[in-house]
Amino acid sequence: METLIKEAESIQKQQTQRVSGSDALLLSLIEEKVSTIFGYPGGAIMPIYDKLMDYKKQLKHILTRHEQGAVHAAQGFARVSGKTGVCFATSGPGATNLITGIADAFMDSTPIVCITGQVGSHLIGSDAFQETDVVGISMPVTKWNYQVTRADEIPEAIAKAFYIAKSGRPGPVLIDITKDAMLQDFDFAYKPCDYIRSYIPRPLIKEEQLNRAAQLINEAKKPFALIGQGVILGGAEKELLAFLEKTGMPFACTLLGLGAIPNNHPQHMGMLGMHGHAAPNIKTNDCDLLIGIGMRFDDRVTGKVSKYARQAKIIHFELDKAEINKIIKVDAYVNGNVKESLPAVTAKVIKNKHQSWIDEFKLIRRDEEKRVIQKEINPEGNKISMGEVLRIINTIVHGDAIFVTDVGQHQMIASRYFDFKNTRSWVTSGGLGTMGFGLPAAMGAQFGAPDKTVIMVAGDGGFQMTLQELGTIAYNRLPVKMIVLNNNYLGMVRQWQELFFDERYSATPISSPDFPKLASSYGIAGEMVKERTGLQAAIQRMLDFDGPYLLEVKVVNKGNVFPMIPQGAAVNEVLFGDEQAIK
Amino acid sequence: MTNIEFTNYQEYTLTIFSENSIGLLNRITINFTKRKLNIESLTVSESAIKGVFKFTIVVICNQHTVENLIKQIEKQIDVLRAFYLTQDEILHQEIALYKIETASLLDTNEIEGIIRQYNARILEMTREYTVIEKTGHKAETQELFEKLQPYGVMQFVRSGRVAITRLKKELLSNYLKKLEREHNQAV
Ligand SMILES: Cc1ncc(C[n+]2csc(CCOP(=O)(O)OP(=O)(O)O)c2C)c(N)n1
Ligand SMILES: [Mg+2]
Repeated sequence: METLIKEAESIQKQQTQRVSGSDALLLSLIEEKVSTIFGYPGGAIMPIYDKLMDYKKQLKHILTRHEQGAVHAAQGFARVSGKTGVCFATSGPGATNLITGIADAFMDSTPIVCITGQVGSHLIGSDAFQETDVVGISMPVTKWNYQVTRADEIPEAIAKAFYIAKSGRPGPVLIDITKDAMLQDFDFAYKPCDYIRSYIPRPLIKEEQLNRAAQLINEAKKPFALIGQGVILGGAEKELLAFLEKTGMPFACTLLGLGAIPNNHPQHMGMLGMHGHAAPNIKTNDCDLLIGIGMRFDDRVTGKVSKYARQAKIIHFELDKAEINKIIKVDAYVNGNVKESLPAVTAKVIKNKHQSWIDEFKLIRRDEEKRVIQKEINPEGNKISMGEVLRIINTIVHGDAIFVTDVGQHQMIASRYFDFKNTRSWVTSGGLGTMGFGLPAAMGAQFGAPDKTVIMVAGDGGFQMTLQELGTIAYNRLPVKMIVLNNNYLGMVRQWQELFFDERYSATPISSPDFPKLASSYGIAGEMVKERTGLQAAIQRMLDFDGPYLLEVKVVNKGNVFPMIPQGAAVNEVLFGDEQAIK
Repeated sequence: MTNIEFTNYQEYTLTIFSENSIGLLNRITINFTKRKLNIESLTVSESAIKGVFKFTIVVICNQHTVENLIKQIEKQIDVLRAFYLTQDEILHQEIALYKIETASLLDTNEIEGIIRQYNARILEMTREYTVIEKTGHKAETQELFEKLQPYGVMQFVRSGRVAITRLKKELLSNYLKKLEREHNQAV
């Protein structure tokens, strides 16, 4: 008996090892298969940075030039790789510099784990140097957060952090660790987390919900599906395709759903939303059944809610119960991961075709093609348009690239004109619309997908918000292809001023440095294009270049993105930009 | 499709069961702040199940808001379950304490009548002050407050609401068992 106990104890001993809190953190990250960390050091997190030197083989730390860069990089990394992004920051200003990215990840359901250093536990609450209540500050924008004050809490906190960030509807988690906890020694053992009793990441799908949904689908004459990022987060692209091809219904993507199914699919009717394609927006108010799949009826998608799809029955396939009936009251819903619910409902629906219904969309598409698209991608004027840059990129990469954007007109143009082909190939800030997101997110995306071509487009305004990350890109020789579409304006805001504020351009003209020259001071190659004649060749040079490259394109100053559903208008009240009232 | 209703304000009592974790109260109240909702009353205590805490929160809003609110609260990782209940679904009480100068009570002979009428009781009496206690709904404790005003109320305090449901039993223990069962099935 005694020997048995001894044996059990010695087994236990073998499984634990006496280490510091800092070691425990890094070992826990290794257990979670983390390989890349984006971060920035400072006083309160120095013990962890010190220990990083001992784990160089397993953990690659990327020093960004700002903590906002670190968190956006972690987001970009997560979005393309499907893994959880990780970033480090010190207490106080380091931690507060993460907040924008955390809020962005919260809105766009991106799994990231942020580790912040905190002052020693004996100093907490004393307004110590660089003490800030980051747990309190980040609470509204994290899925979960926790302050560790003892080393022995670290393995469990990290295990929970990764489980929560990635499971269910993903989101950001923040773990704040006091400096003394990093320095304490304790017996470390790691056990991944797969269960928290108060948390249900995978609701069991109810048969009666599936039956109700299937019945509505089978009865519909003019069904229409809205595809959101939930499909990509759930890894349910194949399941979605099977569902759509069996039912034969037309579908469109939200901004973040783009790429879930290639653009060239015959049932793909384009993008929804304020600057989406006219047909899916107009047809939302004409279908008899609207099916939201892994999307959340954001106001940029719905327009005026009281005039949204009033004629239709609505079904919502959604994992997050809190999203169901939040904005739009539905007639049926299936609460669960679409990876499971889609095959289950596919089995219950009849094989169908909706060709003449799809042709109705195509009629509108042809109108949009004439009135908007051709003018944008093959412009008549001398000035280069944003759309023609996208058209040329498409002819070279054919969708085989990861596309990252900043926020503004260029973002909407990219979402409208990039030829999406692959899932997880599109990184843009949707829910928060964070200017400054593009460059650091592209950097993270390149680390997350080292073998892919990463193309970033940014505006002259947003690029200047985080351009210090050129330093990180140069240092790491990251072959990111950066395009700055320079219109000398905060273009999207200027467009609203033109349309809704009597052309009073308050604080929207913006000056910039010579971006290629700036890049060259970082040792990054690049060039500027002002004339159409040199554009194609310049884009080709950029894409052929081995290494990072910055291409600045001077584009038309007062271009507008159309179609547009003005704020407060119904989804079918689409402006094409050639209406008399606008002119 | 029907429109979501934004009018019809009403009083709702929320009961929230949670794990006992630091900061959770903050996580719960954030959901009110975010919607600019005022918390009318708040009580927190351990429930019948050891380690499980129960929050009782009163809020005035419309049906759509409370439905969303409850789902957002239940979504918090450490929240086990959250419900909202209307007036007719619960029994509830609040307790109020009134501190009055003893001398002013001695000058009158109405005190016995008031105590009787309001079903209140005297908790403590010293030469300087007297503390009266009453349990009841807010309207009742408020009425007594007004009745006592002429005698000079030096201090007055009313507790948050405690509530028990009429319709359902506290079935949380069954729910917890079901969770464990489903988890065991899954693994
Ligand atoms: C951090 C932040 N600040 C302000 C805004 C508001 N905003 C949205 S688009 C935009 C203009 C962006 O200008 P630019 O980067 O030049 O892109 P463009 O629209 O010209 O393509 C602004 C100011 C924002 N989205 N994010
Ligand atoms: Mg601009």
